[in-house]
Amino acid sequence: MTEFTPVASLLGGILIGISAVLLMALEGRIAGISGIVSRLLPPYSGGVPPRLAFVTGLVAAPFVVMLGSGTPVLQTVSSNVAVMLAAGLLVGFGSVLGSGCTSGHGVCGLARLSGRSLAATATFMATAIATVFLIRHML
Amino acid sequence: MSLVVNLLLGLLFGIGLVVSGMADPAKILNFLDVAGTWDPSLLFVMGGAAVTTSIGYWFVLRRPRPVLSNKFHLPVRRGIDGRLLAGAALFGIGWGLGGFCPGPALTALGLGEAGTLLFVPAMGAGMLVAKLATAR
Repeated sequence: MTEFTPVASLLGGILIGISAVLLMALEGRIAGISGIVSRLLPPYSGGVPPRLAFVTGLVAAPFVVMLGSGTPVLQTVSSNVAVMLAAGLLVGFGSVLGSGCTSGHGVCGLARLSGRSLAATATFMATAIATVFLIRHML
Repeated sequence: MSLVVNLLLGLLFGIGLVVSGMADPAKILNFLDVAGTWDPSLLFVMGGAAVTTSIGYWFVLRRPRPVLSNKFHLPVRRGIDGRLLAGAALFGIGWGLGGFCPGPALTALGLGEAGTLLFVPAMGAGMLVAKLATAR
């Protein structure tokens, strides 16, 4: 069980949205994390330093929150080696093949009313829900 | 200037992920567990983010160009094809397995959980393979 957190989640979502809007207003770019990260890997197509700076900000975020709130950031992460390696490979491969992830398709793409992003979001939601259903209720 | 802007926007994005609870894979997996311990929080994150972005883009994309760049870099691919759907389907399976997608995984990296330290390099490897396989 995790606690339903509508207020904190809405607030956090709005902060993510503000970041996405400002990235478009200032740099003219979509705030898609898989696109940002994959461009840090070869074959290179330029624009590495600003993307590295963005990722640095992401990595620093929990520490800034902990400094500000004085409470630790709690999380429960599976430490099953095979599961986490397979999960990482699939998320990395799938997001590049499908040109986006939860942020690029699920937030920025839906905000632009992109048909491709709507199809991608519906697809990954469906396979993710099916995967969790299989693991938690069938196996 | 661009570096500072990107650092701060990455920080803001990451703070949004932490505040919303999305840096915790347990919340993602419970969102996806619609037949069990369903936690609808993620709907509020995605909804809040998408509505904010939609309103913001409406104003921003009416401007002739972004402040720090010569043009808006919007996706150019059109049409729903097999590559898009196959990629999204595989992505979803990985998301359902680990409860991590790229943003939350990187945001959680410094917290140093063993699963995160396995997931992030594997994600990089998956991205690299897909980039090399689709490069022409």
